[in-house]
Amino acid sequence: MTGMPTYVLIAGPEQVLADRALASTIEAYRAVDPETEVIRMEASTYQPGELAMHASPSLFSGTKLLVVRDLDEGGDDLVQDVVALVETDLQDVWLTVLHKGGQRGKKALTALKNADARVIDAPAIKSDRDKSSFVMGEFQVARRKITPDAVRALLEAVGKDLSELASSCQQLIADTAGVVDEGRVALYYGGKVEATGFRVADAAVAGNAADALRLLRHALASGVDPVPIVAVLASQLRQVARVATAGGGSSGALAKSLGMAPWQVDRARQAARGWDGDRLGRAIQAVAAADFAVKGGGRDPVYAVEQAVLAITAQRHGAATGRAG
Amino acid sequence: MSESSATGVWRDVIGQPTAVQVLQDAVRDPARMTHGWLLTGPPGSGRSTAARAFAAALECPDDGCGQCRECRTVAEGTHADVTVMSTQGLSIQVRDARELARLAQHRPTVGHWRVIIIEDADRLTERAADALLKALEEPVPRTVWVLCAPSVEDVIITIRSRSRHIGLRTPAVAAVAELLTRRDGIDPQVALHAARAAQSHVGLARRLARDQGARTRRETTLLMAGRIRGLGDAMTAAADLAALATEESSAASGERNATEKMHLLEQLGADPAARTQPPHVRSQLSALEKEQKTRATRFGRDVIDRSLVDLLSIYRDALVVQLGEPVELVNTDLREEVLSLSTALRAEGLLNAMDAIGTARERITANVPPLLALEAMTISLQLPA
Repeated sequence: MTGMPTYVLIAGPEQVLADRALASTIEAYRAVDPETEVIRMEASTYQPGELAMHASPSLFSGTKLLVVRDLDEGGDDLVQDVVALVETDLQDVWLTVLHKGGQRGKKALTALKNADARVIDAPAIKSDRDKSSFVMGEFQVARRKITPDAVRALLEAVGKDLSELASSCQQLIADTAGVVDEGRVALYYGGKVEATGFRVADAAVAGNAADALRLLRHALASGVDPVPIVAVLASQLRQVARVATAGGGSSGALAKSLGMAPWQVDRARQAARGWDGDRLGRAIQAVAAADFAVKGGGRDPVYAVEQAVLAITAQRHGAATGRAG
Repeated sequence: MSESSATGVWRDVIGQPTAVQVLQDAVRDPARMTHGWLLTGPPGSGRSTAARAFAAALECPDDGCGQCRECRTVAEGTHADVTVMSTQGLSIQVRDARELARLAQHRPTVGHWRVIIIEDADRLTERAADALLKALEEPVPRTVWVLCAPSVEDVIITIRSRSRHIGLRTPAVAAVAELLTRRDGIDPQVALHAARAAQSHVGLARRLARDQGARTRRETTLLMAGRIRGLGDAMTAAADLAALATEESSAASGERNATEKMHLLEQLGADPAARTQPPHVRSQLSALEKEQKTRATRFGRDVIDRSLVDLLSIYRDALVVQLGEPVELVNTDLREEVLSLSTALRAEGLLNAMDAIGTARERITANVPPLLALEAMTISLQLPA
């Protein structure tokens, strides 16, 4: 068992990273002993005593690697068994534990760390900055180059889900040669935009009908339900209306009195330019009608959202339509 | 209505002579009895009171004397053969309906009939209603179903066709006031006022007569009508209405939720002071919390709906004044507000406002977030500058 610790702890919520860490750990153990038997256990289906059973020496078997996933979802039995296993002197058995985070199973984590476990982090990747450095890292490991524009385009197309992002990186690395630029990304992932309700609402409130409809279609195509989109439209318009009618004053004071964040106030103020009370009112009424329609009041939810978006943009440009209800 | 018919258990069923007559005949004459009844009528018209009176009359050896043990236990809800199903959540679930269907197969234990009353038949989910069909269609000899709903359209057609329909109407204001005075000992003057303000809704009238908070809330809501000028006012008014509902909902349920949790912990033998509960207790607790949450949602919606009905009444009054109709006003105490509203808006505007309120009520029932529905409504209620 040279070079490899008996215990490995993979801690962190990011499944893509955790899976990779696990794969490389197994590979490393196999390098030590190609005959290693890998025994996988899930916390949710764990039976008390299972760990001890697998860890006990057997006449015929060689070295074993016990892998316990999702320790944070396990019950007290599992935690106790892990602690007990760490305290015994293991022969020809390795233990790798995956923990997604949180307080549960803390005892086992401490025991593992005290036993000099190798700790591999799998930190959450959420912000766009983390994601772009993830993409850069992927290409660096493969000794390839990607331009910053291409990274941005890639994030825009498939950035929502990290595993999808990772596999997209792998595909680009495998299928292309040379520097990956924006054109390359467009060739593979062009026309795909992961829009959210917020982007739809921003475009609609700004009066940009073409953009709003395009984003709406993208959002619907990538699986966003009409109901949350309408809810976002309503909340954005509400913020604009409340800020627009609240008069002057510092955005900090206004934020406090309206129960909003200061940046929301600033943004709503910006968006409020070009609107007046009557038109905002009609836009809100159009959204309320759409909300009713997407919740069973109408036949086609998608049509209802589309109409609401069009009504908002029309009102932004001052169309003299009647009351929308 | 002959005076003699309004005695015994029927005393509190006010202003419904025809319906009472039909039910009384059914009790007396087996040829006029049937196994499934559907009582409909506007909220507060006394559907569940009528259903309970009917149940008591069926169990009573004397056709509803109001004095015997049977009558009293039915009134108190402790009679062994009378089951009352009502929900404080949003709907009656299929498992509850199956339980009722099972119960319907049992013979009565102490009385003549097994009576099953469903107070909110309109809240039966579709699957729950389907689960009842078999039991409703193939009646067991001594089982009677009494379903209550606002209107026949509120229950599915297959239930409608399996039961006999009796319609209740809105009782007269004077009758409601008389009931409040007689039953709850409320001062006649206050009772009359409350009955009028509640538009003959018996339960609401009692609340208004007894609860100062309810009176104040009602007045705040009504005064809103004359104060919406411009989008800012509209948004604030909507937010206030929604906040009022949340406030009342949490005030009413906070204490009760805590007691329920306490009871559950006691039943499970868990330590209420423990920082973390064992898993089986936790799962029960989260189930309870879920139930409490749907109850709060329902309660909040009911409160909003009530405010909207109040709001509707002031526009109605303004319309009555404008048209010069000799009909009594609902809001006699706010005559000035009514007058100013009737001069500020033309008949068309008043009708539009009433329409907007109706739309908001409909939308809230259809699960539109109350705040959004209220905003759309208050925007329509803006007074011309």
